[in-house]
Amino acid sequence: MNSKAYPGQEAIIANGWWLANRWLISRRLSQVGVLGLFLIGPWFGWWFVEGNLSSSLILGILPLSDPYVFLQSLATGHWPETAAITGVLMVVSFYLIVGGRAYCAWVCPVNLVTDAAFWLRDRLGLGGASSLSRKTRYWLLGATLLIPVVSGQIIWELVNPVSMLHRGLIFGFGAAWVVLLAVFIFDLFVTRRGWCSHLCPMGAFYSLLGTHSVIRVRADNRIACNDCLDCYKVCPEQQIIRPVLKEADKGTGPVIDSANCTNCGRCIDVCAPNIFHMGLRFNNKVSVNTNRSDRSNHSSGVEVL
Amino acid sequence: MIKHQAHAKSSTSGSPARRRFLQDSSRSIGIVALMSLGLGIYSKQSRSLPADALRPPGALKEPDFLGACLRCGLCVRDCPYDTLGLATAGDDVNTGTPYFKAREVPCEMCDDIPCVVACPSGALDKSLINIDDARMGLAVLFDQENCLNFQGLRCDVCYRVCPAINQAITLEHRSNQRSGKHAMFIPTVNSDHCTGCGKCEHACVLEEAAIKIFPLSLVAGKADDHYRMGWEEKSQHGSSLVAPDQEHLYNLPSGQRYDYDKEGLIFEENSSGEAIQ
Ligand code: SF4
Ligand code: SF4
Ligand code: SF4
Ligand code: SF4
Ligand code: SF4
Repeated sequence: MNSKAYPGQEAIIANGWWLANRWLISRRLSQVGVLGLFLIGPWFGWWFVEGNLSSSLILGILPLSDPYVFLQSLATGHWPETAAITGVLMVVSFYLIVGGRAYCAWVCPVNLVTDAAFWLRDRLGLGGASSLSRKTRYWLLGATLLIPVVSGQIIWELVNPVSMLHRGLIFGFGAAWVVLLAVFIFDLFVTRRGWCSHLCPMGAFYSLLGTHSVIRVRADNRIACNDCLDCYKVCPEQQIIRPVLKEADKGTGPVIDSANCTNCGRCIDVCAPNIFHMGLRFNNKVSVNTNRSDRSNHSSGVEVL
Repeated sequence: MIKHQAHAKSSTSGSPARRRFLQDSSRSIGIVALMSLGLGIYSKQSRSLPADALRPPGALKEPDFLGACLRCGLCVRDCPYDTLGLATAGDDVNTGTPYFKAREVPCEMCDDIPCVVACPSGALDKSLINIDDARMGLAVLFDQENCLNFQGLRCDVCYRVCPAINQAITLEHRSNQRSGKHAMFIPTVNSDHCTGCGKCEHACVLEEAAIKIFPLSLVAGKADDHYRMGWEEKSQHGSSLVAPDQEHLYNLPSGQRYDYDKEGLIFEENSSGEAIQ
């Protein structure tokens, strides 16, 4: 199929190791950093951040609350306190800008688990197509918001791997590792990118939140694509890349504006001809001219208004 | 290639794309329905709170609490006595919710109730401002065979540690039938004042406490709504509601009266001012 050992190899040769890994490294630093902020309290007694991702208090004043957990609580018919409402508004406005699923790529601790499973799956050559629809997560999201209406009890938080891992690390694990092991096994053996790209209702919720988010990956330089497919291989939501790269003639603009893009930036890393970059969602028109002279000046002027 | 071949199988029922869409959707719905069923049963089970697990002060009633609590642990963090903990998966308490076990660490009934102040969701009700109004549970001295005071000794430990001493627990005197000449001091819990803090259970000197705190839902009885206590109704109304009170007549020698409520036997004075003997 491909003579290359791994995706991104060409990019390392062309652009150097740092440029070919900078988004991945920054992302890991962010994930570990967020976790670290929550952990220095219980570990060293410095309480910059109290609580967990479901709801927290920063520096003793700023409340942050997870909008999905909050919605589940609302669905039971409970009207929360101002602190939780303020916290939700903070978080929602943040992700409206940086992209809903930036939560997945830059914050969520489960992403470390599922990325590890994906890496191992690739190494072990456990390929195979998925028979699971990527829309399943939206059905599950609906179910997790409907069942509480009937039962009056928050339901997804009983098993939510995201809350369980994060809370487990901070407050004590118990048997929560079972749920994470299940996610790992599912992603490793059952379905490629099974959990995060097919089932997780939390990711589905954040994707809806980021439908119109401002910061987006752009492929303004898409004519330079040499069809190496490295971006497809690394993208957790590979179905979103093709239209942007290949359907300029059908009127698709250069912005990857699918709500499922996690803004992980890995496609930027692995692309040897550097056709992707992080940008804004505006100015998503197809260039009138798709000839080479336009490409050198892709950032602004060439777009038709 | 990345994309599957949508038209790999030919179909007799509509276009291949449409058919695959229907297949995908029905599979998704099936999977989600299965997961929902499993979750539904699990959640039903996880509703029950074990008898020795107590919620923090001000907690809404179960299962309202399970709809309100965000499982953030801010109450746990702000408790200065490390009373509270979050249930972990596999515990017999709903995952992630705060609780305490009185025999391990009781609630010290902080005046400023930091756990309630910290709660962002209202699962711990902010209208609780006086900790004496908290009702985390109710103490019950259920093992009368082992409680030392019931043996006629003067242990009194639960009585002494109670933050509402002489109110939540009082010592009621009773004669000691065994010795025939001593008194027993029976620790008696009064639900009007007991907050369910668990100090008494924690302090009970026995290997297994004779006095324990249980959730109110477990120990509190409830009279039918239509029950009316005659004496309460009467005092509220000021006089009997049914028939006017009859004056009780005693067959006494002349010059004597009997007042049942107050004075007892009364000798009326004669005209000369001397009591008739
Ligand atoms: S899809 Fe779910 S588990 Fe995966 S990274 Fe996003 S929130 Fe976390
Ligand atoms: S009242 Fe004080 S001791 Fe009791 S649970 Fe709250 S913070 Fe802890
Ligand atoms: S602070 Fe409130 S919402 Fe958070 S765990 Fe405690 S009771 Fe639940
Ligand atoms: S639980 Fe025990 S110590 Fe606490 S108020 Fe009630 S009787 Fe007193
Ligand atoms: S502390 Fe225990 S043994 Fe002592 S009086 Fe109270 S209930 Fe009885």
